[in-house]
Amino acid sequence: MPDLTPIVRNGITIDATYAEAFDMRATALVITAPTLRWAHIAAASMTGFATSVIACGVEAAIDAELPQEATPDGRPGVRVLLFAGSTGELQKQLINRVGQCVLTSPGSACYAGLTGTEPLKLGDGLRYFADGHQISKRLPDRHVWRPPVMDGEFVCEGTTGLTKTAVGGGNLILLGRTSATTLAAAEAAAAAIAATPDAIAPFPGGIARSGSKIGSKYKGLIASTNHAFCPTLRAEVPDTALSPDIGAVLELVIDGLTPDAVAAAMRNGLAAVIALGPDSGVTRVSAGNYGGKLGRHHFHLHELAPAP
Amino acid sequence: MTGLRLVLRAQPDQRLDLSPLTPDRLTGLDPGAIAALKLHTTRHSVTVGDIFDIHPGDPADIRIEGGSDRFDCVGQAMRTGALTVRGDVGQQAGRLLAGGTLLIQGSTGGWAASGQRGGMLEIAGNTGAYLGGPLAGERTGMRGGIVLVRGNAGQRAADRLRRGLVIIEGDAGPHAGSGLFAGTLIVCGRAGALPGILMRRGTIILGKPADLAPSFVAANPVGLVFTNLLTRASATLSAKAAACVQAATTRYSGDMAVLGKGELFVST
Repeated sequence: MPDLTPIVRNGITIDATYAEAFDMRATALVITAPTLRWAHIAAASMTGFATSVIACGVEAAIDAELPQEATPDGRPGVRVLLFAGSTGELQKQLINRVGQCVLTSPGSACYAGLTGTEPLKLGDGLRYFADGHQISKRLPDRHVWRPPVMDGEFVCEGTTGLTKTAVGGGNLILLGRTSATTLAAAEAAAAAIAATPDAIAPFPGGIARSGSKIGSKYKGLIASTNHAFCPTLRAEVPDTALSPDIGAVLELVIDGLTPDAVAAAMRNGLAAVIALGPDSGVTRVSAGNYGGKLGRHHFHLHELAPAP
Repeated sequence: MTGLRLVLRAQPDQRLDLSPLTPDRLTGLDPGAIAALKLHTTRHSVTVGDIFDIHPGDPADIRIEGGSDRFDCVGQAMRTGALTVRGDVGQQAGRLLAGGTLLIQGSTGGWAASGQRGGMLEIAGNTGAYLGGPLAGERTGMRGGIVLVRGNAGQRAADRLRRGLVIIEGDAGPHAGSGLFAGTLIVCGRAGALPGILMRRGTIILGKPADLAPSFVAANPVGLVFTNLLTRASATLSAKAAACVQAATTRYSGDMAVLGKGELFVST
């Protein structure tokens, strides 16, 4: 029998549970621009409405800012990660989002951010926008397309890499006394996750307040509110997971290019929450799973929690 | 294990075809078999053993010590490994080169890198006419890989270039990049008359002003992001080439006498 006794770190209870995560397809891009501000604008635009594959097709966010010396063209840039359930959907979303949000952004350029097992079309799919005026340039280290645009050229690498060993669905559920303190803890965790390489938290600001369970009483809905974690339902649902002192719950959902990246992000997020303490942050940390039957990746909170 | 050394014993009395002396073709051969390889181009037989002292070693790294302008087809169709010649060579050095690294520490005759498909050819000295160009009857010249010439190049360097990167750190003769199909040519020094004449597509970068055909039309802008990429890509090969790309101030489209989708950058 597994030990189901919660552990306590810095006055915060860590449930004896685990986050259940799934295999995903993923890719990465490097977006550069004349200034870091415009790189962020292009990246924010292309990763908008990309919180969950349930309705967005893809989960995406900025992974890291890149200094000039770390980008292919020596300009400021950001690295963006995109996750999807299938290669086909990832390819479709990649072309649509880069085509509508990066190609259109002033001064932008777009490069592969991952050397994967297979290529995904990037410039190879977008070059037709140039209506025959595109220039193909095969340099020693990369192949780029140069469609002419009104402020010069949109330099775009021909392909980017695909990984089939990405993981989506790592999570932390933070339970606090008030909305304000719970949000403070979630922001600390989101910042720690954002600083973790190869991992993103795709929800707004890295935080989800509408955690979901699988299924619904209504036909056609594949997910519905996670009633066990809703404070207002504590008195009316028999399977509530909340004790009387819990006034708010927030969740951080994490996607990573590897299981290790997800584990590192959860570990860093957990450490940030624990460092904040129960008075300024949350009193309890839990995680979401489906009994271990759906996802093959299990991230146990007790294994990720810092030592006492 | 050190490389296989072939030390020149005497200058040849006829032009020789050194195409058998590549890592691909010598792998698995013992010194006796290597010595028996025929190199002659006339009725008089000449073998490797007649010309070179053979010092056994790893055939993936061949060193020919001593050169001759009668050594033709050095490194022809080489696919892997390294081949170094300490001296001059004749025509068609690196002809159809597909991979590996071919280093000529002297100068070469004409048609070096002709039809090259991959790999890297570096020439420490000068090279003759038609660098990377096609032989008679061929439609295109070099189709891939990198050529780096530390010295000067003769006329029609990168003639009918189809793909790949050609860097000439010195001067180029007349009609550099003539009939370019695609690919990139960088001439750090002075280019002779009418560079890029009849080029269809592709990129030519000139380090100094040149006499362009009137069918090249100024087409701004410079400062394109692409030049950053090319600067970085060439910097690993040649600091002069990187500086040349960075210094380009004017961009022309051409050659309008043909397709006109090429670009020519000039530093003024």
